[in-house]
Amino acid sequence: MNLPIYLDNNATTPMDPRVLEAMLPYFNQKFGNAASRNHAFGWVAEEAVDYAREQVAKIIGANEKEIIFTSGATEADNLAIKGVFEMYKDKGNHIITTTTEHKAVLDTCNHVEKLGGRVTYLPVQADGLVNLQELEAAMTSETILVSVMYGNNEIGVIQPIKEIAAIAHKYGALFMTDATQAVGKIPVDVIADGIDLLAFTAHKIYGPKGVGALYVRRKGPRVKVTAQMDGGGHERGMRSGTLNVPGIVGFGKACELCMQEMEGEAKRLSALRDKLQTSLLQLEESYVNGNVEHRLPHVANISFKYVEGEGLMMAMKDLAVSSGSACTSASLEPSYVLKSLGLSDDLAHSSIRFGLGRFTTEEEVDYAIEVTKKSVTHLRDLSPLWEMFKEGIDLDSIEWAEH
Amino acid sequence: MAYSDKVIDHYTNPRNVGTLDKSSSKVGTGLVGAPECGDVMRLQIQVDDNNIITDAKFKTFGCGSAIASSSLATEWLKGKTIDDAMKIDNMDIVEELALPPVKIHCSVLAEDAIKAAINDFRVKNGLAPIESEKVHH
Repeated sequence: MNLPIYLDNNATTPMDPRVLEAMLPYFNQKFGNAASRNHAFGWVAEEAVDYAREQVAKIIGANEKEIIFTSGATEADNLAIKGVFEMYKDKGNHIITTTTEHKAVLDTCNHVEKLGGRVTYLPVQADGLVNLQELEAAMTSETILVSVMYGNNEIGVIQPIKEIAAIAHKYGALFMTDATQAVGKIPVDVIADGIDLLAFTAHKIYGPKGVGALYVRRKGPRVKVTAQMDGGGHERGMRSGTLNVPGIVGFGKACELCMQEMEGEAKRLSALRDKLQTSLLQLEESYVNGNVEHRLPHVANISFKYVEGEGLMMAMKDLAVSSGSACTSASLEPSYVLKSLGLSDDLAHSSIRFGLGRFTTEEEVDYAIEVTKKSVTHLRDLSPLWEMFKEGIDLDSIEWAEH
Repeated sequence: MAYSDKVIDHYTNPRNVGTLDKSSSKVGTGLVGAPECGDVMRLQIQVDDNNIITDAKFKTFGCGSAIASSSLATEWLKGKTIDDAMKIDNMDIVEELALPPVKIHCSVLAEDAIKAAINDFRVKNGLAPIESEKVHH
């Protein structure tokens, strides 16, 4: 077992060696521009892109003509939201999303508001799920787009996508989902789920960074987005720019491998995750954040009360995890996702996200359990809050000097 | 962000962790920060008849830099008179631990904890608390 152990697979994943192998020829031997129509170098590159496009389409049950390659999920989110806002502005200007979306969606929605759009940011329930009645109540005749993420990056909660899509369609709006964390981990099917636009990326599924895709439905209805990048008219005019051929080849291979291995991997990872979670919940005053039934198989977000997340991560220096603690970000605000669940600031500060992946072993999980338990206990011995809790002092009764 | 060796040292081997009897008239206790802000420090001093700090203890809920700042503060306090202890400046802690700008608030909190502990001791012994003229924020 090599240290440190990587348990931050929601941030990014290591590339699978089989993906790297598929990509390598496209850097120097088959280096052609996929848009060069008049010689063999271009044809070879185009053929590789076409093949990858099929692999990428297949993992979400789409047609290859519905895949627009981008630089990643952030660009795909931008293209979907801004592109729909521009394309459908005669129909309406209202967009509905949720407070627990990724910043790529939230900040894009903020931008659209500055352009005259109206955005509803739906709160979520304490378990992280969208309330369908509230969603329906927010729909208007002006609503052109509903954007709800498939699986949450911090807590792993899976939204009722099919039901949300049905509500959007009932009111004549399009449904978009940022499925960055879900694709490749659980079955995603744009037809069965009723998805009109879907953003995802390669580097969360053991592919390379710098390549992603937007699915844009072609039939029932035919969805169009206004290009946000002007130029040579690549990707059916929706996203100009020379295609990242090695990246796209790697993305395709990554999707193919995920499809082949998904069922077994999901079982293996959820068993490991459950072992980790069950063991860590044996610690007093520890809590799982978010719904545990509708959850991605590889994620557990746990708060260890009376211990601060960054301090804890420092103690767990051989584990690469992430925390909702403010100290890990420049903003000095704890995770907005956890706060949306109604968590108090101190519990949000005390959270750790464990994200398992394809290369996580049981030995590593056992080690992570041991280190986490030891670190939490050590820091609680240092914590004045833990001492007060043990003495039965109600921390809410103390007048804290906020600084 | 990488931590300095001194932060790691204090964090890994914190000095003077513990609790003094807060009801004693010879003990001053400072509790500063707030759980909502992600850091709470409790710093305690034991003072002898010559106004010399003979012991100091801390417990801190917070990041590594907050723990290191309070650990360092207890080291510096021991053996000082309370007048000298009052002069400990947060920037001394910043310098000693090589704290980056985003962690300066940890040192401010440690200075606040020292002053709060001294004032608690003063009030217990019939003296007026000393108002700090320094404005950090």
